[in-house]
Amino acid sequence: MLRLEKRPQPSKLWTYLTPLLAVVITMIAGGALFAALGKDPIAAITTIFWEPLFGEFAFYYRPQLLIKGAPLVLIAIGLSLGFRAGIWNIGAEGQYIIGALTGAGVGLAFYPMESWVIFPLMVLAGALGGWIWAMIPAILKLRFGTNEILVSLMLVYVAEKLLAAMALGLMKNPEGMGFPGSRNLRQYESAHNAELITGSGMHWGVVAAMIAVIFAYILLNRHILGYHIRLTGQAPRAARFAGVNPARLVLFCLGTSGALAGLAGMFEVAGPAGQVSIDFNVGYGFTAIIVAFLGRLHPVGILLAGLLMALTYIGGELAQSNLGLPAAAIQLFQGMLLFFLLAVDVLTNYRIRLSRPEVV
Amino acid sequence: MEFGSINPVLLLASLMVAATPILLAALGELVVERAGVLNLGVEGMMIIGAICGFAVAVNTGSPVLGFVAAAGGGALLSLLFALLTQFALANQVASGLALTLFGLGLSALLGQGYVGIKPPPIGKLDIPLLSDIPYLGPVLFAHDVMVYVGLGLVVAVWAVLKYTRLGLVLRAVGENHDAAHALGYKVVRIRVLAILFGGACAGLGGAYISLIRVPQWTEGMTAGAGWIALALVVFASWKAGRVLLGAWIFGGVTVLQLNLQAAGIAIPVEYLSMSPYLITILVLVIMSADRSRAPASLGRIFHASQ
Amino acid sequence: MNLTKLLATAALALGLATTAMAQDKTKVGFIYVGPIGDGGWTYEHDKGRLAVEEHFGDKVETVYQESVPEGADAERAITQMALQGADLIFTTSFGYMEPTLAVAGKFPNVKFEHATGFKTAPNLATYSARFYEGRAVQGHIAGKMTKSNIVGYIASFPIPEVIRGINSAYIHAKKVNPDVEFKIIWAYTWFDPAKEADAATALIEQGADVILQHTDSTAPQAAAEKAGTVITFGQASDMGEYAPMPRVSSIIDNWAPYYIARTQAVMDGTWESVQTWDGIGAGMVGIGEISNAVPEDVKAEALALKAALADGSYHPFTGPLKKQDGSDWLATGETADDGTLLGMNFYVQGITGDIPN
Repeated sequence: MLRLEKRPQPSKLWTYLTPLLAVVITMIAGGALFAALGKDPIAAITTIFWEPLFGEFAFYYRPQLLIKGAPLVLIAIGLSLGFRAGIWNIGAEGQYIIGALTGAGVGLAFYPMESWVIFPLMVLAGALGGWIWAMIPAILKLRFGTNEILVSLMLVYVAEKLLAAMALGLMKNPEGMGFPGSRNLRQYESAHNAELITGSGMHWGVVAAMIAVIFAYILLNRHILGYHIRLTGQAPRAARFAGVNPARLVLFCLGTSGALAGLAGMFEVAGPAGQVSIDFNVGYGFTAIIVAFLGRLHPVGILLAGLLMALTYIGGELAQSNLGLPAAAIQLFQGMLLFFLLAVDVLTNYRIRLSRPEVV
Repeated sequence: MEFGSINPVLLLASLMVAATPILLAALGELVVERAGVLNLGVEGMMIIGAICGFAVAVNTGSPVLGFVAAAGGGALLSLLFALLTQFALANQVASGLALTLFGLGLSALLGQGYVGIKPPPIGKLDIPLLSDIPYLGPVLFAHDVMVYVGLGLVVAVWAVLKYTRLGLVLRAVGENHDAAHALGYKVVRIRVLAILFGGACAGLGGAYISLIRVPQWTEGMTAGAGWIALALVVFASWKAGRVLLGAWIFGGVTVLQLNLQAAGIAIPVEYLSMSPYLITILVLVIMSADRSRAPASLGRIFHASQ
Repeated sequence: MNLTKLLATAALALGLATTAMAQDKTKVGFIYVGPIGDGGWTYEHDKGRLAVEEHFGDKVETVYQESVPEGADAERAITQMALQGADLIFTTSFGYMEPTLAVAGKFPNVKFEHATGFKTAPNLATYSARFYEGRAVQGHIAGKMTKSNIVGYIASFPIPEVIRGINSAYIHAKKVNPDVEFKIIWAYTWFDPAKEADAATALIEQGADVILQHTDSTAPQAAAEKAGTVITFGQASDMGEYAPMPRVSSIIDNWAPYYIARTQAVMDGTWESVQTWDGIGAGMVGIGEISNAVPEDVKAEALALKAALADGSYHPFTGPLKKQDGSDWLATGETADDGTLLGMNFYVQGITGDIPN
């Protein structure tokens, strides 16, 4: 009979092996799925995992990995802090939207003035917008004990309505023939989050994501606050004895994740997306939750997980248009990848033992 | 302002219909969470229920079989979640989100042949005499069967949790799984059963949308109802009766804001459409004054290491 | 080497390659905003794609990508199609305007067509349909058929396209029924079956016995069917499964003729950047069969109206018309110019309520 035995320490070896194992299993299961849909499984898998990195047009897709991955990593880093401490911000999508709105709002307010201060102001406004949106669940939690999962989630819907109202009203491009959507910030030099090195995909959002990874790493490993976060997650009672102030922790974790999500939204609206539009948000806030867990809430893990997610998105799109795979099959494939990653994770923390049923 | 053209009787009647899918799903999730498990995959299980129910109802011509299949489909998907969280001891939040992603993809694939088809109709349960009672009749006694199934389920969940041994064990597992284990209860088995029940309920809720409320099949048609159901459970402080209240409030606000618009009340529409969510938050705040807490073991991983 | 250069080189190489293979196949790409199974907007565009395949057989290869979010993802999806050697790419949602424009600038040898937008380039054309012509026919039938004199209208977003439709329907309903009143619900969605069902129910409860919709699902049809005596019109696709009641007619998006013509133009080398805005006459807007629930005389009038719209002898926005605030818009006999129609942001006189903004 199979039996799980808890390891005294998570296995170092398996920490590194399980993600690879999961990817391999997903490729096998996914290949079976694609074959069942009447597509060549080998071609589908290579299209998803190989083409974007080393295929004919990799020069275009590699930078795209950064563009797609950066907001995921940026948001997931913020979320991971809270998740470690048992503070559940599920509404990063809303904070992302608000950050984009405040950031773009500042930029549009200055139009058509050109000045170098505009972009830094937009960055500040974006972070502030996300921070404020995240402060709502934080303060309600502290003041009334309201559950932050639901408040932050409900605020996503509110933010989406606000986004639609802005795209159709206040921020609508006056030269846009009455169509929804703001001016294109990419055509407004002072507000444009342009590529730092043309063709590299490196924009300020990517830089911010890198900084966030380093910052989070230092915080968690070298700083007393990081210690408090980890302690609260592992042993809440002990944390209280150790003098952790739970209220401060809630404010810090929700505030940081909100600000980072807001930043991600701001960099996206000023760069890759270019404008505030009704459907500006594409689910980065939710996908980032998955990225945070795939990366085991570890900064470096999150960086890798974000890039892996981005790869399945871009490769998935390629498989759609090259092989005619339905979008749903790609979604299913991503779901499988997550399942297997989560499932094999058990090997990191537990040992599987064969044990004979005891003879009575 | 003129509210004259809004008929409160009709409003209440359509409120009960609008509330039913989230009510069914939320009741299932309530049982799951009472057992100490947080399954964020409600949306995924609902949409799987929606397509399974639709496909079977169309192919067999029987809505009843459709609902049975929906419950089965939802439960089957939730079994994946159970395997992950109860046997592979994976994180519940991440597993639930993965379940939603997986469910949305799978349903879209399964549903490819079912776009633009009309499902077999489901008769209203017009209880003679009772449905003729002025005012009360149309509100209470002129709905499809599933509305009553939902109401019956509220009573059943409430009674089982409160008065039966099964309910007691379930709550014990949810409050302190280590103690429950020490007492000899099968923690994992009970949780798996609760998860399956939750999946079946979510499946029914989804099928209600695709077979009765809309009725048709389209990709992504649950459009966030699963998340609302999750909110309802917390909103209700894990009490069955309050889930019903919450579902009615949410359904009511949704229906009312559309009615206000149709009646030409001059409220900015874009803000009006935020109102269901803002009111939910408001009620959450008021409700959290009540100190009844979440099940103590909610979301925690259980491993019998002794 | 910078990206633009790289892309241009790649495009050039591909351009040469495709010219070399010109006898082979023309590759046509489609970017869809929804899933092809949405039963409405994207579904009809995909029918157009299939019609292209059927018409040209081995001479074309079509590729598509569905559910592409507007914004950065769209730009990548379009670029990718261009990189993979597409000769002609249709981007089928308004939100793809900026991405399409950006990609068109990088691939001068690929032809682009953007639906419902207004920005063009030498290799970027736009196309859209005069759906308001169809709305005129609907308005006429609605005005004749309503007994409660209340027509419910499920609107999606407050944009010119939708406002044009409301105005056109109202003008023609009013013309045949001076007592008619429109109740409008802004659903703030193109597609959300549950919400559309609720909106239809709310309108019916408020006395509407005709429901017009500018959202894409059949949910309002089902709600009307339940109510029994309410009539509806199909939107985007025919929704014929609800005929003869409640669906009495429909507006059908018919992109196939246009897609075939444009693909042919690319094959012949005669493709030019144009701004197409076609209506009933060119077949881009179809009027679904008027069912027998409509009395013969009303049906005949509606068909006559359709014919007049098709041959251009009648314009749905013909004066005298006033704006909602009572100010003059069109003098007697004057017709609206396309510029005003494209940016329409006001109701005509008689419609109550405000356009949200």
